[in-house]
Amino acid sequence: MNLRTFLLGSCSALVVAGFAQAETLTIATVNNGDMVRMQTLTDDFTKANPDIQLEWVTLEENVLRERVTTDIATKGGQYDILTIGTYEVPIWAKQGWLLPLDNLGADYDVDDLLPAIRSGLTMDDKLYAAPFYGESSMVMYRKDLIEKAGLTMPDAPTWEFINEAARKMTDREAGINGICLRGKAGWGENMAFLTATSNAFGARWFDENWKPQFDQPEWKNTLDMYVKLMNDAGPQGASSNGFNENLALFQQGKCGMWIDATVAASFVTNPKDSTVADKVGFALAPDTGLGKRGNWLWAWNLAIPAGTQKAEAAEKFVSWATSKHYLDLVAEKEGWANVPPGTRTSLYENPEYQKAAPFAKMTLNSINAADPKNPSVKPVPYVGVQFVAIPEFQGLGTTVGQLFSAALAGQMSVDDALAQAQDVATREMTRGGYIK
Amino acid sequence: MARAVSRRRTAIVTIAAWIVALIIFFPILYTIITSFKSETEAIQGFSLIPSGTIESYVAVQSQSNYFKPFMNSVILSIGSTLLALLVSVPAAWSMAFSPTKRTKDILMWMLSTKMMPAVAVLVPIYLIFRDTGLLDSRIGLTVMLTLINLPIVVWMLYTYFREIPGEILEAARMDGASLWGEIVYVLTPMAVPGIASTMLLNIILAWNEAFWTIRLTTTNAAPLTAFIASFSSPQGLFWAKLSAASTLAIAPILIMGWFSQKQLVRGLTFGAVK
Repeated sequence: MNLRTFLLGSCSALVVAGFAQAETLTIATVNNGDMVRMQTLTDDFTKANPDIQLEWVTLEENVLRERVTTDIATKGGQYDILTIGTYEVPIWAKQGWLLPLDNLGADYDVDDLLPAIRSGLTMDDKLYAAPFYGESSMVMYRKDLIEKAGLTMPDAPTWEFINEAARKMTDREAGINGICLRGKAGWGENMAFLTATSNAFGARWFDENWKPQFDQPEWKNTLDMYVKLMNDAGPQGASSNGFNENLALFQQGKCGMWIDATVAASFVTNPKDSTVADKVGFALAPDTGLGKRGNWLWAWNLAIPAGTQKAEAAEKFVSWATSKHYLDLVAEKEGWANVPPGTRTSLYENPEYQKAAPFAKMTLNSINAADPKNPSVKPVPYVGVQFVAIPEFQGLGTTVGQLFSAALAGQMSVDDALAQAQDVATREMTRGGYIK
Repeated sequence: MARAVSRRRTAIVTIAAWIVALIIFFPILYTIITSFKSETEAIQGFSLIPSGTIESYVAVQSQSNYFKPFMNSVILSIGSTLLALLVSVPAAWSMAFSPTKRTKDILMWMLSTKMMPAVAVLVPIYLIFRDTGLLDSRIGLTVMLTLINLPIVVWMLYTYFREIPGEILEAARMDGASLWGEIVYVLTPMAVPGIASTMLLNIILAWNEAFWTIRLTTTNAAPLTAFIASFSSPQGLFWAKLSAASTLAIAPILIMGWFSQKQLVRGLTFGAVK
């Protein structure tokens, strides 16, 4: 064997050994525009970290939630990074299912994360998930229709104004509904909207002793207003409308107003898909003068399950994907309007972003107006604006959502729906050991 | 007169059959139509005329790799079918030709396992797969698909084998055929249509299985069902892309079913008129 052969052989062996040591991170995620975009930009990460490879598992939101819960509860170890919502983070962190993110790097700048979002992901002063994109809810309205109705939308409207405007904007013959709101049953569908709205009316899911509060006048006021408003000014079949159905209606010019996730702003102002792209205005979610706005707070976050064997590499990726550098990368490749919103203060201070995203200021104000630890007027024993961060909420929220959806569809009265919700919630909370 | 009545009846039956077939096929047809619409068109309401755009197919192809889940679907459905036949041919043979007084009970018990909701055993199965290192492996999923389809395969084969007169096998034995010879040279050729249709049905069932194939896989063994699931979106329009992904996923099995429909129908109706 000559020297050249020996050196070549040694180099090959080193390459093979290096390749064998490369770690593959399996990332579970949902299919939304920002996540799909990230998958196309990961070259930037793998170039800087050639010893780390990435595998993506994209699933429908509910399947992902179930799939990831099974894996994490059984310590299956199938995933190294999880995409989870604000609802899961406090529950899973409490169970010890997530690793705290202590090593995000010197230039990560944790303090730049929006305080409202960060507080929902923090337990005992430790960050358990890093926000990838965040959202609140706000009013999206047709400027032309509100002008035609002889009204001016304030930046911070009341529910009284929204009711009046919706009824005035409704023109059934022209196929225009004054307002489009979620009606499809589900804890993340109609109950996200109604729970957030109920906060503005002073309602709460539970009192300090976990006693359900559906028998209180605040809930009656909330649901009464919602059902009457939707009957007078909502679209037909509203009880089966969720985010996507209302998005389509608004884009087709069939809604005067739509109160929903701030992320919708980029869809309804996109001339490629929306027929009303240049006619949309934005306002804060409405209140009733009690000091709380009915706007929610949600973020999709990246977290590391406690069962992973590749925590160090996983944290490197989480740091990259939620960093300021990543926002700059998206801006450079796809433009500022496509940068994932709602996570960093610096983004909203960036004049280029403000110019590209006319809804930026309203999104930031909406996120800042939400307070997950004090969501309603009266004190509550739980965390969460449009949900209650306890494991029982998924099932309970959906059951109550079905009752409220039935009330909207006219299958039962508001009083019956509330009475049944009170019974179901009392039974579940007693069974769960919350009510002694 | 009788001929006229008969002709009219044939016409009515034919039309009724076409209507029923159209109703059954309509969801698939509408999925294919929707796949050629834009996202906005797809959610706009009922329409049978698409704009003909292929943007959803382009988006699906650029967003994920079709070939890997396709190959996994092929391997899993064929592998689980062969494994199921290997177990169920001897089982059905023994129950059809050497029944005991408990044979019917065993058959009923096997079928009863299909009545249990899959989610009820999700956690135990997941733990077994975790402990045996079978999560996200083709071998594990092949065994799983075999097991869940086994009762149907055994039942179908049992029904076909029962149609074969036992006297023929006795005659073969009289002529000195061994057990192996009896199964291979006498039973199998007579049961080929039944075995073929069982195979086809099992391949279709395995191809379409969407509970375990999504829950026991991540990346390596994920078949086309997981590929479809990845296009559903919580926020944003996705019906056209989902339809394109579904069309790509069902196309191979639809074509296979089309070409083998004679065997399928013959197999499924075998013994039905008795």
